[in-house]
Amino acid sequence: MQIYLPIAEVAVNVFLFLGLGGAVGFLSGLFGVGGGFLMTPLLIFNGIPPVVAVATEANHVVGASVSGVLAHWRRGNVDFKMGLVLLVGGLVGSTVGVWLFSVLRGLGQIDLVIVLAYVVFLGIIATLMLGESARAMLRHRRRPGAGRKRRQHIWLHGLPFKTRFRASRLYISALLPLGLGFLVGVLAAIMGVGGGFVMIPAMIYLLGMPTSVVPGTSLFQIIFVTANVTFLQAVNNQTVDVMLALVLLVGGVIGAQIGSHVSTKLRGEQMRVLLALLVLVVCGKLAFDLVAVPADVYSTFVLTGP
Amino acid sequence: MDRARTIMAVTLIAAAALSAAPASAEYLAADLSDRRITITLGFAGAKVLLFGATDGEGDVAVVVRGPEQSVVVRRKDRLSGIWVNRASMRFEGVPAFYRVASSRPVAELASPAVLSRHEIGVDHLHLPAKIRAPEEVTRPFREALVRLRQRDGLYGADAAPIAFLDDRLFRTTVDFPATVAPGAYMVEVFLIRDGQVVIAQSRPLFISKEGVSAEIFDAAHRFPAFYGIVAVFCALVAGWLAAVMFRKV
Repeated sequence: MQIYLPIAEVAVNVFLFLGLGGAVGFLSGLFGVGGGFLMTPLLIFNGIPPVVAVATEANHVVGASVSGVLAHWRRGNVDFKMGLVLLVGGLVGSTVGVWLFSVLRGLGQIDLVIVLAYVVFLGIIATLMLGESARAMLRHRRRPGAGRKRRQHIWLHGLPFKTRFRASRLYISALLPLGLGFLVGVLAAIMGVGGGFVMIPAMIYLLGMPTSVVPGTSLFQIIFVTANVTFLQAVNNQTVDVMLALVLLVGGVIGAQIGSHVSTKLRGEQMRVLLALLVLVVCGKLAFDLVAVPADVYSTFVLTGP
Repeated sequence: MDRARTIMAVTLIAAAALSAAPASAEYLAADLSDRRITITLGFAGAKVLLFGATDGEGDVAVVVRGPEQSVVVRRKDRLSGIWVNRASMRFEGVPAFYRVASSRPVAELASPAVLSRHEIGVDHLHLPAKIRAPEEVTRPFREALVRLRQRDGLYGADAAPIAFLDDRLFRTTVDFPATVAPGAYMVEVFLIRDGQVVIAQSRPLFISKEGVSAEIFDAAHRFPAFYGIVAVFCALVAGWLAAVMFRKV
């Protein structure tokens, strides 16, 4: 069944996009990530203009994060104080990001920046994850139950404005989460992601937060940052397709439930390896398109008129 | 009142046509099966039938043009290994849609000068660059513009055939793909005899968005802030509903 997407201005098969929503929802339920970093490239591969894909995915992530955060909140796994500090940075960062997006779009380089940002960040994350889970698997084999040493002090922890974050059992400079929030906010706007795939490793390794409160707190601030991105994209670029976002949400919600059910049956390291490989595949495909000779070196962009 | 006036107008035109037809033998009449195409939620392209009559001699060419746009064409070049948009050129008055149908291959109809004057055939389309530049600079960009629009089905590669039912009645169909832009379209019909356009007619065609998708597009452009808030709100409600629905499962 074809439906005509009002903002993307293309007719698409509704079942294909329900399926995409479902598949990414399944993975996000399985791995506990938002899935935006997979969804935006998939939308682009399937003929949605990149600018629409990015803005719409932000809108989709708002919905997907709400259902996630409610579950974590019920279990008391949200550090609201940390979330608020990240959020302040995130709101400023995403506002800057959307502005940057408009400027780059005018220069004709936005598609390149989106793809470059993806290749760089997906590449880094996948490599880190692969290395980490490979080490974890080896450790698991040698002496089961050995944990990683938490909270290593580096120069970043010596910054001023020390603040106590009770739920995370941390006493660190507020500038740290503020800066992290800002950085992820910029990424969220340019890449159309919640930024969970950057935020979660940074919270664990950089801030040293306990793993239990990481997903909930990350999701909590992602809701507000992506809501801000959605609003600003709608105002500045008119590229948010609510129809597409709703189709993705319907598929995603169902997929996420199945995914989180399956995740209880898999081991942590195995899952991380699978996720890392998946991220590498997406990254590889994007990187290949960047260096391979394009099908047509010319492209068109309609400035005015219908 | 209006009705009476219409009837009178039609009668007058018919009378004029009748009186003109036998004498100088230059007669062309054409019309479309639809004057209006609506893009709704389930839009997957449309077909419009064009039919008409001539007085027998000569060829018929039909040109369908979409609303005019300003278009930037960009060229990627290799910059330290990756392909980056570098040079660009802006074209004005680019039709969003362009298709030709003719009873014979376009090149056989008339001289290039005549074809160019009436912009019959994609090779004779006027696509002026905004900033004047030598022809050898603009040509690759112009050709790319045409090629890309042909790839997207917006410009026809070759002229579609026009079928003559007898030596007077002709018909052809125009295919509009799902990606067609809304706006005012113009269908021009030319009667060509001995390499000259002897008579021409044009019929307007309107393509407009209607229903839910039109309202969404409209809202996004006219009330962007309101639209943004609604979009966020929809996502919040959908996410909350999902969480509530699946809590008990």
